[in-house]
Amino acid sequence: MKTIQVQAPGLFTTVQDLGREGFGPLGVSASGAADPISLRLGNRLVGNPDNAAGLEMTLLGGAFLFPDGGILALSGSDFGATLDHIPVEPCMSFIARPGQTLRLGPTRSGARSYLCVQGGIAVKPFLDSASTHTLSGLGGFEGRALRKGDVLTIGGVSLPHRRRMVTPHILSRLSPRKILRCTPGPQSEWFSESSRHLFYNSTYRVAEESNRMGLRLEGPSIPVSSGGHMITEGVSLGAIQVPGGGSPIILFVEQQTTGGYPKIANVISADLPSVGQLRPRDEIRFERITFEVARALLQEQEQLLASPELIQE
Amino acid sequence: MPASAHGTAQFRAASDNSSLIYFDQHISLAAHQQVAKLLRLLALQPVSGIINLHPSYCSVLVKFDALKLSHDELETRLRPYLDRVEEIGLPEPRAREIPVCYGGEYGPDLEEVSEAHSLSVEQVIDLHVSATYIVYFLGFVPGFAYLGGLPEAMMTPRLATPRRIVPPGSVGIAGQQSGIYPFATPGGWRLIGRTPLAMFRPDRNDMSVLSIGDRVHFVPISPERFAVFENA
Repeated sequence: MKTIQVQAPGLFTTVQDLGREGFGPLGVSASGAADPISLRLGNRLVGNPDNAAGLEMTLLGGAFLFPDGGILALSGSDFGATLDHIPVEPCMSFIARPGQTLRLGPTRSGARSYLCVQGGIAVKPFLDSASTHTLSGLGGFEGRALRKGDVLTIGGVSLPHRRRMVTPHILSRLSPRKILRCTPGPQSEWFSESSRHLFYNSTYRVAEESNRMGLRLEGPSIPVSSGGHMITEGVSLGAIQVPGGGSPIILFVEQQTTGGYPKIANVISADLPSVGQLRPRDEIRFERITFEVARALLQEQEQLLASPELIQE
Repeated sequence: MPASAHGTAQFRAASDNSSLIYFDQHISLAAHQQVAKLLRLLALQPVSGIINLHPSYCSVLVKFDALKLSHDELETRLRPYLDRVEEIGLPEPRAREIPVCYGGEYGPDLEEVSEAHSLSVEQVIDLHVSATYIVYFLGFVPGFAYLGGLPEAMMTPRLATPRRIVPPGSVGIAGQQSGIYPFATPGGWRLIGRTPLAMFRPDRNDMSVLSIGDRVHFVPISPERFAVFENA
């Protein structure tokens, strides 16, 4: 069985697939890749199904030894990767020969880079998924971020390598955005017109204490009107809740399933992968769109991902 | 915003791929039973395109595949389900006993709670132990049971500043709610005790000790018993 030896884990590296849907009644949120488009692209470059497990690295990448080699691809943000000190292009598949080491550094663009390996990372599934949910210590590799000395197993598929790359003009149309499009949240009408105007016309900064559970935002504080009495209710991925202090929080992939704060807006599905590429101190804005437009944008994004020209050999 | 009434159930779009179905605007046993019945009905007869459900006190968030369904189509598909919800039988509630070591390092807020109500610590423990609680739903994190039935005489607002980490097993109260933290998570509820039970066990078929609809009693235990349980 082929393995990956973790020589350096990076800042926060976890095993992720596309998440575990369907277990909300147990209080289990979906988790999964913060930037699922990048994970899907990486998997396609190495010939895996979209949902195969890869490594999600955050801000600073690690060093990984491949004692038995492997067919690899990096996607998402550029972490300045080298294979035995020779630079490796992102969004292009490559071969690690037995004994070679892949090293990644600090990010040169967004928050997350994905390492996909042909066969996927093999871990014991928890509720049908390989995704790590770090807060509860469930799923992934021992329910936690990787540490130095960990040995990961590569799944048992072995196909001949065909050099693949993501077609640049399609990749650019899938690149992350800093203006996040939103639909109204379930309590948007609890906020006054001027509060909503403030929210959609201000620049917010991603706070340091942001993680896969949620991104805290710094900027103009949003007054919460007493539009109603909030009872804890189910919350959606990308919901933008406004606690009493007025600083918005975007609920993210390791979200709580329920919450008691009013939601002013919700990031659209097509822009959630962009949230996964936001770094602390990044500046963002919000743009209000309709549910119909949100749906059309998601369809357009899926059409790009289904395009026969997406991957070139 | 798409929002419409259907009988007592109201649909409201939460995001481009989810809708909230509200059965009531305040916490009630009747709304809770409708939530439990809808979950049961959807488990027995799944609707194609629905990918997840987040239940709560009086509402259910329904997440769907936005490439297959719109909010209106979801409502159209669920309307017959809501018409049938009342017919669905719920299993006889299970009785569950949760051992709790109260006060001290196990429940660091117990004294404050008793002072807030001019009660002795023993009186607060007696109150907490005397009540029967209903598991309204599991939410927040895996296996976190939201319990209704806290005696009014001990209802206390949540902490002004949440703790960064609450020890797993902590029994907390906030307003009219009570709950048990299964994992070390941040939390703003007042901690009055701690159970040695692992509330969420991923290696078991029955992962969560508590399920929606369970009737719960707390049983006081000593720190010595706590240690015995914990090492069992």
